[in-house]
Amino acid sequence: MTEQPILRVRGVSKSYGRRIGCADVDLDVYAGEVVAVVGESGSGKTTLLNCLGGNLEPDAGSIAYRFTGDDWQEFLTLSESRRRLLMRTELGFVRQNPRDGLRLRVTAGANVGERLMAVGARHYGRIREAAVEWLERVEIDAGRIDDFPLAFSGGMQQRLQIARNLVSGPKLVYMDEPTGGLDVSVQARLLDLLRRLADDLGLAAVIVTHDLGVARLLAERMMVMRGGRVVESGLTDQLLDDPQHPYTQLLAASVLTP
Amino acid sequence: MTNPAERVTNPAERVTNPGYNYAYLDEQTKRMVRRALLKAVAVPGYQVPFASREMPLPYGWGTGGIQVTASVIGPDDTLKVIDQGADDTTNAVSIRQFFARVAGVRTTERTAEATLIQTRHRVPETPLREGQILVYQVPLPEPLRKLEPRETETRRMHALSEYGLMSVKLYEDVTRHGRIATSYDYPVMVEERYVMAPSPTPKFDNPKMHRSPALQLFGAGREKRIYAVPPYTRVRSLDFDDYPFEVQEFDTPCALCGSSGVYLDEIITDDQGGKMFVCSDTDFCAQRVAAAGDSQGARDPQGAGGLQ
Repeated sequence: MTEQPILRVRGVSKSYGRRIGCADVDLDVYAGEVVAVVGESGSGKTTLLNCLGGNLEPDAGSIAYRFTGDDWQEFLTLSESRRRLLMRTELGFVRQNPRDGLRLRVTAGANVGERLMAVGARHYGRIREAAVEWLERVEIDAGRIDDFPLAFSGGMQQRLQIARNLVSGPKLVYMDEPTGGLDVSVQARLLDLLRRLADDLGLAAVIVTHDLGVARLLAERMMVMRGGRVVESGLTDQLLDDPQHPYTQLLAASVLTP
Repeated sequence: MTNPAERVTNPAERVTNPGYNYAYLDEQTKRMVRRALLKAVAVPGYQVPFASREMPLPYGWGTGGIQVTASVIGPDDTLKVIDQGADDTTNAVSIRQFFARVAGVRTTERTAEATLIQTRHRVPETPLREGQILVYQVPLPEPLRKLEPRETETRRMHALSEYGLMSVKLYEDVTRHGRIATSYDYPVMVEERYVMAPSPTPKFDNPKMHRSPALQLFGAGREKRIYAVPPYTRVRSLDFDDYPFEVQEFDTPCALCGSSGVYLDEIITDDQGGKMFVCSDTDFCAQRVAAAGDSQGARDPQGAGGLQ
């Protein structure tokens, strides 16, 4: 590929005392592509995502973003205010449990509008218009704009969380098990939605999942982690159809098919 | 060191408790509070932590305001204390007596005569002037607290001037009530830097804080915070472009003094649904009534004299 990536991760490591969270991870993400990070529980997937998304401070390594031109920004040395601004504008973070990513005490509309207000929107009518538009895009009835997130089902909460993240037009979204805890049919709808949004918006995403089905459906590329290290990475189809590393072979072989 | 009683200018109100230090607090505590005050004045709107002391009254009755007052009061001061605008309510009377006793200061109900005014809920209607100090009793100094429970996070938000969340609160107001329904403790932006809770004053008084010639000090005893708005500081009430800030308006003028454009209290007069609206600022009202009496003979509208 001649194009330059928008995210360049080199040698990111994070350990919790003597236990390794993730070690020496390299990753490039290009504009508009979806990368899945798979592996069993405790393999360091979420630790990696939290490092990338600014929730955890890595012990070593470099995380650089390029959102405009050739201007690489080293995330780890940015000032905290610039970092938080980046998190609210160019980046999104969808958490596994929507209750962690939503404000439960304010209405759905305010949840979606929060990012806009955080960067200075001060026109109620326009904030509301944007909220209505985004609720419709994630297939939530616009009539529920004034309902509280707790009145929503699990799948709707997750979609609301996605709308809340996408309203600022981010270029890269991190998702931590976005379909975890949802039943199968709701999962399927959410996956459809994610795939469509990624296509429509040219959104890049890094999705952490333990579900190889999700990875195959959404991701062009895939990275397999075990014990905090990347054991294999490549095109999703290739990796799943012709796994090289014994652990990837084990993973691919243990998928349940009904 | 001179005996505090000798410095009292009004001999009728001498310090009667030589067992206490001047103005109740010990000198080290006053020094600590003054340091916090200096910092607060230097950084308008910033909440300065201070080591709030136990006071001889419960939290919520004005412990923060009293500590601030005790730290800035001197024998030459004239103190006025108001509670909900009134000089004659229990809290106002008690705090006034407290300082008359422990600081030997002259007290007054006239806004214009006071050098130091401790208040709960109101800014006096009579415009303040340079040299006056207004001390607010504050229950909840953190404007973001109800939206963000973590202190570490709210401090960071203040540090980075991240106030989008405040707009979320206003958004919720408009969504639920069709207008910004917050009517007291209405968040303000101080000198375009810090968002500040103006304590539970009605939003009617927010415009009076803007570029006020008086020094405004805020003390929160339970939450151990002091903040300040120095004279002539910009104080802007937050709002939306399409839902601008506006103050309460009243349909009727004050039933006692006939003033309009002032903040009114509703007073229930009987159990038949009878009520009247009168000035919440009792001093302002009484002076207006007295002035009307002087100029127009003994006119006494609606038996107002009986309530005074």
